[in-house]
Amino acid sequence: MTHLEEELKELKQQVTKMFVLVHSQLEKSYLSLQNLDKDIAHEILMTEKRVNALELKIDLDCENYLALYNPVAVDLRYVLAVLKINSNLERIGDIAEGIARFVIDSSTTFSNELIMHTHTNQMFDVSLKMIQDAEDAFINEDTSLARIVFKQDVILDNININANNNIINFIKNNPDDLEQCLHILSTIRKLERVGDQAKNIAEEIIFYIEAKVIKHSRKL
Amino acid sequence: MIEAKNLNLYYGAFHALKDINLKVAEKSVTALIGPSGCGKSTFLRTFNRMNDLIPGVKIEGDIIVDDENIYQKGIDVDRLRKRVGMVFQKPNPFAKSIFENVAYGMRVNGISNEKVIKEAVEQSLKQSALWDEVKDSLKKSAYALSGGQQQRLCIARALAVEPTILLMDEPASALDPISTAKIEELIHELKKKYTILIVTHNMQQAARVSDFTAFFYMGSLIEYDLTKTIFTNPAKQQTQNYVTGRFG
Repeated sequence: MTHLEEELKELKQQVTKMFVLVHSQLEKSYLSLQNLDKDIAHEILMTEKRVNALELKIDLDCENYLALYNPVAVDLRYVLAVLKINSNLERIGDIAEGIARFVIDSSTTFSNELIMHTHTNQMFDVSLKMIQDAEDAFINEDTSLARIVFKQDVILDNININANNNIINFIKNNPDDLEQCLHILSTIRKLERVGDQAKNIAEEIIFYIEAKVIKHSRKL
Repeated sequence: MIEAKNLNLYYGAFHALKDINLKVAEKSVTALIGPSGCGKSTFLRTFNRMNDLIPGVKIEGDIIVDDENIYQKGIDVDRLRKRVGMVFQKPNPFAKSIFENVAYGMRVNGISNEKVIKEAVEQSLKQSALWDEVKDSLKKSAYALSGGQQQRLCIARALAVEPTILLMDEPASALDPISTAKIEELIHELKKKYTILIVTHNMQQAARVSDFTAFFYMGSLIEYDLTKTIFTNPAKQQTQNYVTGRFG
């Protein structure tokens, strides 16, 4: 392996670490929300600092790689893609932190009925699966898996579109749960954005491997 | 129109260029890249028949310059080399004054009108971005100039005989970064008037200065495309491996 390939391998390891960290953050935010576990929520806030630090490290590594190695072709696309993937992952980390803050601020346990009724649980499952698929696609350079990420985003979009009605219906029957309904609605909005971030990551993986720009395009 | 058609070149038994077909875009810069021994410099030298001077060389196929096959019988090679100027890796000024270096080509071509020569020298030195640095010392020896200035003087010397094509064989590889930047800027300016072919081992230089890039490997032309394409998304794996530094 050349020195240059070792640098790229090291960068890939850092990004993989970021994927794992962010996936774990979102998973923990789900757990903390389900059980109103404020300890886990506080843990998420602490770990968010690691996510931010890793984002800066990856950015710096990319900057150094561009300056020192002047990459071209697939190597250039790879570094450009990593910069964007890194930024999208960091935003997912922010979203997990945001959900953790709802848990910390909330005075009562989130009703299971509300979570089921609004399909929030399904949103968490799909979001986590999308991040996992994006990670696997990145590690294995598997663009067909990256394309599967797009299909899953449709599920999140549909749940998000129906969220207002679902929440209104729930409030009608449970007017005392207004505060947690608002938190759940915000959580749904956040998870919808996780889907967008995962989709962006999938686009970058396809760009780097196939040299195809599919952003703003319906063609996959 | 500059074109290589079914070009094969042999050094004795060694097949140095294998069936090359390439149309060079006019008034643009075409970079020839590839590992050492791939045939890029040999290919460059076919455009002004410099290879003719090498014993045992055999050339098949056509090189078309301005609708004329320069390998056909009866071609005036001196006239050809006036149309196709060349700049080498190391600056090679003559042991003459700055002025006489640039005037040399005109004098050997029979121009004796000093006014014409003076105007052409000034024009050439301006085109090669050297005029401002030497206008007050034209009688000084060319050897008094720095390496970068000497290389620009050689470019001025090539321009003085009004060529249409400029061949450059690693013109900046012996120069420091500032002189290299000046040569690259000069190439950028010169392509407005001239068709330039440049051999370079410096990948970033090829990317910076050229509009088209031809990648050679073991005597074959592997890929020829827009420089932007070659350095962002080359069609051939071999090209990708080379430009990303994985072989060669």
